[in-house]
Amino acid sequence: MHIGESMRECEYSQISTRSSTPMETPHKKRSPKRKKWEAFPGRNKFYCDGRIMMAKQTGVFYLTLVLILVTCGLFFTFDCQYLAKELTPIIPVIGGALFLFVLGTLLRTSFSDPGVLPRATPDEAADLERQIDVANGSTGYRPPPRTKEVVINGQTVKLKYCFTCKIFRPPRASHCSLCDNCVERFDHHCPWVGNCVGRRNYRFFYMFILSLSFLTIFIFAFVITHIILSSHQKGFLSALKDSPASVLEVVVCFFSVWSIVGLSGFHTYLISSNQTTNEDIKGSWSSKRGKDNYNPYSYGNIFTNCCAALCGPLPPSLIDRRGYVEADAPQLAAPTNGITMYGATQSQQSHMVSAVKTQAAATPLLQQQTSEPVIITSSTENGTSLPARASLTLGGPCSTFPLGQPTPPTSTPSLSCQEAADVLPIHGHTLNHTYPLQEQAPHHHYLTPEEVPSPPGMLHCGSPLGHSHTVQAGFYNPASQDSLHEDSVRGLVKLSSV
Amino acid sequence: MAETHSLQDMRQQVAVAAKVFIQRDYTNGTMCQFQTKFPSDLETKIDKQQFEETIRTLNNLYAEAEKLSSQSFIEGCLACLTAYTVFLCMETHYEKVLKKIAKYIQEQNEKVYAPRGLLLTDPIERGLRVIEITIYEDRSFSR
Repeated sequence: MHIGESMRECEYSQISTRSSTPMETPHKKRSPKRKKWEAFPGRNKFYCDGRIMMAKQTGVFYLTLVLILVTCGLFFTFDCQYLAKELTPIIPVIGGALFLFVLGTLLRTSFSDPGVLPRATPDEAADLERQIDVANGSTGYRPPPRTKEVVINGQTVKLKYCFTCKIFRPPRASHCSLCDNCVERFDHHCPWVGNCVGRRNYRFFYMFILSLSFLTIFIFAFVITHIILSSHQKGFLSALKDSPASVLEVVVCFFSVWSIVGLSGFHTYLISSNQTTNEDIKGSWSSKRGKDNYNPYSYGNIFTNCCAALCGPLPPSLIDRRGYVEADAPQLAAPTNGITMYGATQSQQSHMVSAVKTQAAATPLLQQQTSEPVIITSSTENGTSLPARASLTLGGPCSTFPLGQPTPPTSTPSLSCQEAADVLPIHGHTLNHTYPLQEQAPHHHYLTPEEVPSPPGMLHCGSPLGHSHTVQAGFYNPASQDSLHEDSVRGLVKLSSV
Repeated sequence: MAETHSLQDMRQQVAVAAKVFIQRDYTNGTMCQFQTKFPSDLETKIDKQQFEETIRTLNNLYAEAEKLSSQSFIEGCLACLTAYTVFLCMETHYEKVLKKIAKYIQEQNEKVYAPRGLLLTDPIERGLRVIEITIYEDRSFSR
């Protein structure tokens, strides 16, 4: 019986609300520990164990790299010798510094998290759904597009609901369809850097294009100088023959200069007016929309706007890439940004008791049911005490259900979980979204649907409608609920004694 | 057997009754602030003053993290000059404040919320979208 089995694995250890030393896990792990980046729901590529994060299509980024490396390489190899001899050796030094700066900012832009917003946990999504249903009085058919209006500094801003991430997007955030993530202060998706440009990497992007403009102009100017000086000595054609690379450099730089310098100028304007590319293109704050239309985010003067964009505090990444999906201990989690360390105790305690006992809409309950096994069974199988489970956090339900978070009725019946018209009622969607569970079952023990008190129908993405009844029937299986409460009990026994 | 028994006893004592989500307050722009409106679900559980005090303190802490102070300006300039390698050895101002917030939440949980059967979740674990308050229900009387 499931309860007995879980009980044998339990560790009846002292619990505290502090993040204390973890208890040893005497029991073998039934599934290998996975880092959150491996279960990330967006369409991103991760390297170096989650330290590097890029978009899915990186071909153009490699082109950018090649162009920069080849052009600079040719410059240093063929032109710098002459220039250092004839003019001054400072030229290659400055060129070298510029080149390193360009490369550094490019890599920083491409590899860092642009400010991705993690997707909503099932509980949050359910809560939002409840609120929206109350407001609409909807009967389960497709509700109208969801927006919330908020007044920011006197300007009315509409917050849109993201069907993929199940959140109301903060102002200035936008969902990148290429990366399938909501990004804070979304500027644009830049294929040249192979990543989105958002709140966290905008300053690097700006530094990159600015320094690249200088570098391009620098190389262009000095290659021309080299050719001119050389042709005074040997004649024009002879000079070209002696350093053919210079011709290539001139061509590359000539075509780059217009676009890069133009782009730098454009972004300088955006920064000084505190707008994003997204807003500028849409004309959100343009006076053409209305006499009273102004940018509520601008600080009023150019200097403050620039400072805010370039030298303001750098927020940490909200997605904990290197934490563990089913963590054992805070020290094992070792997140690069230290986020899972924050409030570790609260997180794991709050998570383990995800059995929400409501009798409201079936959907929220259904979500609870399906999300519980993820959290509870993983904790029981590890057998560690609760404080130890640092990273059993937000990432838990989110990361283990990359596409298939059982969610309220907004997404399509398709498995891709993208924004689209939803046709099926609530239960159908939820069941559909549990399909990926099956795919991951071999990897995550806790994703075993057999531990969920749901009918076998949930394992197959069959006709969702047909299963809705059986799922509901499976709801109040006391056995499963008991097993899910074990951890909550352990944690709360201590909690109540605080 | 005895273990089973005690676990079942404990199981009946506590359970998650509901979760309340305090959403973000965007009236001041994109700064991280949470709504101070007292949710109806918590009416029987905690003092309105206490709750608002907690939220207000959290809001102040987040404002401090995101403030455009001269300190953050210097930090930003220094970082730019060192090609951002300085963050390999130093924590950003924001991260320091986040640690302060984590400590504050833990302290609040121990002193104020846990005795009332509530639990605050650090918003950073929810991507700074919500403050999740879990309401635990005491079912010991139902035996």
